Amino acid sequence: MAQTFVYLDHNATTPLDPRVRQAMLPWLGERHGNPSSLHRFGQAARNAVEEAREQVAALIGGRPPEVVFTASGTEANNTVVASVAGGGGHLLISAIEHPSVRQAAARAERAGVEVSRVPPGADGVVPAAAMVAALRGDTRLVCLMLANNEVGTLQPVAEVAAECRARGIPLLCDAVQAVGKVPVDASRLGADYLVLGAHKFGGPLGAAALWIREGVETDGLLVGGSQERRRRAGTENVPAIVGLGAAAALARLEVGEAGAARGGGGAETGERPALLSALRYRFEAGLAAIPGAVVHCRTAPRLPNTSHVAFPGAEGEALLIRLDLAGFAVSTGSACSSGTVEPSSTLLAMGLSAAEALCSIRVSFGPSNDPAEVDRFLAALAREVAALRRLTGGDAATAVAAMAGSKEPA
Amino acid sequence: MTARAFEPAGLSPAEGREAGASGAGGEGMDRDGRLVAVAMSGGLDSSVTAWLLARAGRPVVGLSMLLWDRSAEARHGRCCGALDLGDARRVAQQAGIPHYTLRLDREFRRHVVDPFVDDYLAGRTPSPCVRCNTWIKFDLLLERARRLGAERLATGHYARILAGADGPELHAALAADKDQSYYLFELTAEQLAASLFPLGAMTKAQVRALARQAGLVVAGKGESMEVCFVSGGIREFVEAEVAAAPGRFGGGVGGTAAGSEAGSEARSAVELAAGRPATLVDSGGAVLGAGQPYYRYTVGQRRGLGLAARHPLYVLAIEPDGNRVVVGEERELLAAGLLGERLHWIGPEPDRASGASGGGGAGGAGAPIEATVRIRSRHPGVAARIHPRGPRRPDGLPDTPGPRDPLDSDRAGEVEVEFLEPQRGVTPGQAAVFYRGSRVLGGCWIRKRLG
Repeated sequence: MAQTFVYLDHNATTPLDPRVRQAMLPWLGERHGNPSSLHRFGQAARNAVEEAREQVAALIGGRPPEVVFTASGTEANNTVVASVAGGGGHLLISAIEHPSVRQAAARAERAGVEVSRVPPGADGVVPAAAMVAALRGDTRLVCLMLANNEVGTLQPVAEVAAECRARGIPLLCDAVQAVGKVPVDASRLGADYLVLGAHKFGGPLGAAALWIREGVETDGLLVGGSQERRRRAGTENVPAIVGLGAAAALARLEVGEAGAARGGGGAETGERPALLSALRYRFEAGLAAIPGAVVHCRTAPRLPNTSHVAFPGAEGEALLIRLDLAGFAVSTGSACSSGTVEPSSTLLAMGLSAAEALCSIRVSFGPSNDPAEVDRFLAALAREVAALRRLTGGDAATAVAAMAGSKEPA
Repeated sequence: MTARAFEPAGLSPAEGREAGASGAGGEGMDRDGRLVAVAMSGGLDSSVTAWLLARAGRPVVGLSMLLWDRSAEARHGRCCGALDLGDARRVAQQAGIPHYTLRLDREFRRHVVDPFVDDYLAGRTPSPCVRCNTWIKFDLLLERARRLGAERLATGHYARILAGADGPELHAALAADKDQSYYLFELTAEQLAASLFPLGAMTKAQVRALARQAGLVVAGKGESMEVCFVSGGIREFVEAEVAAAPGRFGGGVGGTAAGSEAGSEARSAVELAAGRPATLVDSGGAVLGAGQPYYRYTVGQRRGLGLAARHPLYVLAIEPDGNRVVVGEERELLAAGLLGERLHWIGPEPDRASGASGGGGAGGAGAPIEATVRIRSRHPGVAARIHPRGPRRPDGLPDTPGPRDPLDSDRAGEVEVEFLEPQRGVTPGQAAVFYRGSRVLGGCWIRKRLG
C-alpha cells in the first residue's frame, strides 16, 4: 500500500533542515578534531564550536561567553535546578514545566528544598501575579517556561523575571519550545538562565544550549575536563553543535532578530512565525467541520504552530493510532517511556478531568508543512473521529454537553 | 507465501463476513474490516505470529499491553516486563508493521492480580492465565483493537479455531505438548469468530525455526514460565500484596461455598495472612501439629509438611475459615468427581447422554453430558459425566466488567462432574475443561473435590 506520511508533531522533534545538514556534513566526514587539542585539527574544531556559540548568542540577544553547550534541554534544565538542590530554602516552579524541570524539582524536594508549584489558569497561562505572590524571602530559584510544550501557551516570563530581579532571585526560563518559533531575547526577558534545544527548530538531536547571564555563577552538573569554561565537562559534540549554530543562524533570519519579541518593537518578525500561524489558522478554521472539536487555550497567547484539540467522544489514544495508521503523525503531548498514552499533564493542571484530557491530541506544525497537508489531515481527522465515535458509541453532542463550558468551541 | 499456508483451512466462518463487517464505511476506510491486530508480548510465539501475518500481506497492527508497571522488577523473560515490550517494538520493526503499547495495568490488577491474591487467601490455587485471556486479551484488548479499526485479534496461542455447524469451535493445538486450549475455555463463540491463532497447527520447533529464518531478535528467547507478574515466590508475592494493601483483598471474588460469608472469611483471611500458622489435621479431624500459614499450601502438596508419619502425607484440603490444612495418605487424594461453578459452554449446550449412562438415568434434560475433563493444564484428561445443577449462565461476558466478576456470587452455573476413574489433585481454584476429541466444549471452575 503506497502511503505518504504527514508529520505534524514538530514540538516533539523537527526534521533536520537540509541547510543545517549541509553545514554539519563536513564534521561527519572529512573534518574532525577535539576542540581541546592544541594541533590544527583541534584548532579547527574549536573554531567551529565558537562560531556556533556566536550564532546561538546572536539569536537570543546574548553574548557568546554566556552560552554553554549541553547535550539536551533536559541536561540544561537539570543543571540549573540541581544547583539549588542542597542547602534547603525554597524553589518556585510553575505546575506546567517540562518534566526535566518538574522531576529535578522533585529530586531537590527530597534533598530538603521546599518546592512550590503554581498552577495555570483555565487558559493554560500561569498568572504572573500568582507566581510573584508565591515568592518568599528564602526563594533560591524560580522556573517558568516561555512556551508550554503541550498546549503552546506563552507564559508571562518578563513580568515574573522583573519582580525576581528586583528581589535578587534567579529565574530559569525553559525556552526550548519557543526558540525558533517566536523571537526570543534572553536579556530583555530578564531571565538569568535560558534553555534552548537544536532539534526543536531544524537542528540535530544531541545539542542544546544553556544561556547563563554574565556574572551568575552555577555549578556544573558534569565535572572532568575544563570544557565550556568549566561549566560543562565532556568533549564537545562538534557536528551537533555546528548544526545547532546553523539552525540558530537560520532562525535569526526567518523568525526574527532578537529584539522583535512580544512588545519589543524595533526589529521585524520573520516569515517563519507567519507561515506557521497561517497553517494553524487553516487547521483551526477547518475544525468547524468536525462536530464538537474544542481548541484548548484558544484565546491565550500561544506559539504559532501548536494546536491542542479535544474531540469529545473520541478517545485520544485510539485517535492517535488511527491517524498514524492513516499516515498522520500527531501526539497527545505527553510522552511516556513505556510508549503508552497518558493524559496531558498540562491539561490536568489546567483543571480538566482525565477523561477530557484523554480525548485531546496535540498538532504541531513545522515550516516544511504545506496547506495541502493541512487539508488532507483535516479530512482524515473528520473521518477517523467519526469512525471512532461510531465504534465506541460516543455521541459528539452528548460528550460536548458533558464537558465544561469554559472552552470556546471551534 | 499466502495466508493459507499457516491459517488452517476453514479457519472461521467469520472470514466471509468481513466485507460487511461493522466499523467500515466512508472513503479511506479500506483498512477497516481487513486490519488484523496482533497481540505482541515480546515473546517468541507472538513475535512469530506477527511476522507470519505481516508476511501474508494483510494490514497488520501490533499491540502490546502494559500490564504490570513495576519497572524495577521488570526482567527479561517475563511476559510483561518493560524489556519484553521493547522486544515487541523491535520485532514489529523487523516485520514492518506499526506497533503500539496500550496501558491496561489497572484492568490487569482488577481482573487478574487481585483475584489471584484473593484466591490464595480463600485457600484456592488460581489459574491467572485463564482470567487474563477471558478478561484482558479477548475482552478489553479485543475491544481496543476494534476501536482502531481491526476486526480480528491474532495471538500466539497454540490452539485452533475451526468452523463447526453451530459456529466457530475451539480445538486443541495439533502439537499436544504445547497445547494451550485449556487456558481459553472461557472464550465465547463471538470472541472466537474475532480471533486468529496462526500457530495452532505448528510445533514449537517450527515456530523457532521461522523466527531464526526471519532473523527475529527474539529467536533465541526461552519460554515464559509460571506467573508473569510474580518475579519471586508466589507465597511471598501474596504476603507482600496483602501487607501493602490489607483492605484490598478478600472483598469476595466469591466462589466459596458460603458466598454470603465471604466478608467474614475475608477478614479472617487477611488476619491470617499476617502469618499465623495453620493447624494441620488428618481427615478425621485429629490435630497433627502446627504448620505454616494455610495459604502457603497447595492441594496435593507432599513436601514441606514437616510431619513424621508411616506413609507419605499429602495436603487434601485447605480450610481458611478454621485456619486448618487437612492432610492424609495418597489414596485419600483420590476424588470421584468435583463440584464446579461458573459453568461455561463455548457454543450451545452439548447433547446429553442417550440414557444408558448412570446418574440421572434417562436421556434428555436430566441426563449428564459426556466429555473428557482436564482438571489442570497438564492433566491428560479423564472420561466424565457432567451434571449441570443450576440454570445456565448468560452467554458471553458483561459489556463492562465490574470490580470483580459479578457472576461469581450467583448460583447459576453450578455443576457436578463425575469421573469414570478416580482422580488425584482436584484443586479448588483450577479450571476443569471439557473436551470431545480435540474440541473444547467449555468448562467450569473447581470449587471442591467430591467423594
